Amino acid sequence: MIVGKRKPFEEIKEMLKKYKKILNVGCGTCISVCLTGGEKEVKILNAELEMARKLEENPIELGASCVERQCDREFLAELDPIVEDYEAILSMACGVGIQFLAERFPEKPVLPAVDTSGLAVNQDVGWYEERCRSCSSCVLAWTGGICPVTLCAKGLYNGPCGGTDKGSCEIDKDQPCAWYMIYERLAGQKRLDCITNIQAPNEWEDQVPRTLLHHGYKKRNHSDKN
Amino acid sequence: MKSGSNLEKILKAGHFAFTGELGPPRGTSAEEVRKKAAHLKGKVDAVNITDNQTAVVRMASWAACIILIQEGLEPNYQMVCRDRNRLAMQADILGAYAHGIRNMLCLSGDHCKFGDHPHAKGVFDIDSMQLIQMVKKMRDEGKFLSGSELEEPPKIFIGAAANPFADPFEWRVHRLAKKINAGVDFIQSQCIYNMEKFQEWIKQSNEMGLTEKVYILAGVTPMKSVGMAKYMKNNVPGMDVPDEIINRLKGVDKKKQGDEGIKIACEQIEQFKEMKGVSGVHLMAIEWEHKVPEITERAKVLPRPQVD
Ligand code: SF4
Ligand code: SF4
Repeated sequence: MIVGKRKPFEEIKEMLKKYKKILNVGCGTCISVCLTGGEKEVKILNAELEMARKLEENPIELGASCVERQCDREFLAELDPIVEDYEAILSMACGVGIQFLAERFPEKPVLPAVDTSGLAVNQDVGWYEERCRSCSSCVLAWTGGICPVTLCAKGLYNGPCGGTDKGSCEIDKDQPCAWYMIYERLAGQKRLDCITNIQAPNEWEDQVPRTLLHHGYKKRNHSDKN
Repeated sequence: MKSGSNLEKILKAGHFAFTGELGPPRGTSAEEVRKKAAHLKGKVDAVNITDNQTAVVRMASWAACIILIQEGLEPNYQMVCRDRNRLAMQADILGAYAHGIRNMLCLSGDHCKFGDHPHAKGVFDIDSMQLIQMVKKMRDEGKFLSGSELEEPPKIFIGAAANPFADPFEWRVHRLAKKINAGVDFIQSQCIYNMEKFQEWIKQSNEMGLTEKVYILAGVTPMKSVGMAKYMKNNVPGMDVPDEIINRLKGVDKKKQGDEGIKIACEQIEQFKEMKGVSGVHLMAIEWEHKVPEITERAKVLPRPQVD
């Protein structure tokens, strides 16, 4: 899922300082699962903001809403009748949701309350670890199901580097070396031949904004181009 | 001859090579480079010029290399993958060759986290293995990485690093084999303190026939003090410093520790001279360039051979 962290309170407060009436919109999917921007977090942030602004004698009126998914047009539609009443919108979704919201209401300032940090697994309640940088050319087949692009601090395709230290990465003793893990897993599977050949330089696909067209729907979505 | 560099000639002629190292200044002083170079002149076959070593900004490696050439020394141009993409790398290689640079050392580079700009974006467009391949392609095929032709290919003697002490140990010799397949001509190893482990690695390399395909220069850094030894042991990732080295330094008077460090280094060098599969020594006397004349004298590696 996509994970993110709520921005520091002071930063959010600063962003909102010139507004008196704000709609705070959460998202009920990934960002809610990682306890950052769901219904509950919207309420908490609103309460904190209300309190702070009251103390500053600059009261603010805050609306609360939480859509099922901010990255989906059909769920954003339910906001159409209410945004008119607000000066700006604060979004507690991931970067994707925030942008889709801004795109739907181009005349309104849409402000982020979340710092999106990646595609992560749920290790335990409140503990998420990044696993994929969505590079568009997955190499997991020959790296034992461990992503070197994300988990190696240098994103090496032919690791490990000389800094690996008793299984840890050179950047931090608590950070496992991805290439050490790759080696161990492939050795266990007797598949070390996967990494004896040199992996050629990656042809980076993520240097332009990527659009994905499902082959079944190409006609519907891009009839003039394809 | 692949490049005709002095280092290549010496190794090809079967001499025991001896290379040094110089870190460019954190500023614009060509004079500082010249001063350091003066200590190394005539004492080593080539001088590695580090590239933003430990991720700290310094004068560009190629620029300091040019100053060395002006001073009559042969540089070994270090290039890390951390700071530039494939376009910048190829451009720098062309420029470096145009200025007379003939040796290169291809490295991944320390992570930015260690340096003076810890939040800089690490580039790593390609890795050290791919960099070796790229230089070889430019040299031998006269082609850029993209496959398009380049005029007057850069004839570079291609080097890389190897750390026999990093984990997993069993993989290290295979990693060396990979670098050889990528096209490396010579290897300069990480600083060696654990002689036993190094010998084991060399033995495996001999058995796999790797030392016949590549020249291996053993890395030596004399310890200046007990403090330095402890720091290297505990804080430098991938460094293997056995307690016996620390105890030996502790065993002498504080003022004599540097001398003892040089003594240990010289004993190691004697062993390397006899070690099958080792073609030379790479001396990394970090901020100790002025000691190189003394070290080379005591290590009995002078005068340096002349090969035409
Ligand atoms: S290689 Fe890594 S970053 Fe790329 S798609 Fe696979 S898991 Fe994601
Ligand atoms: S130590 Fe391992 S994870 Fe860290 S940069 Fe080197 S190869 Fe990558």
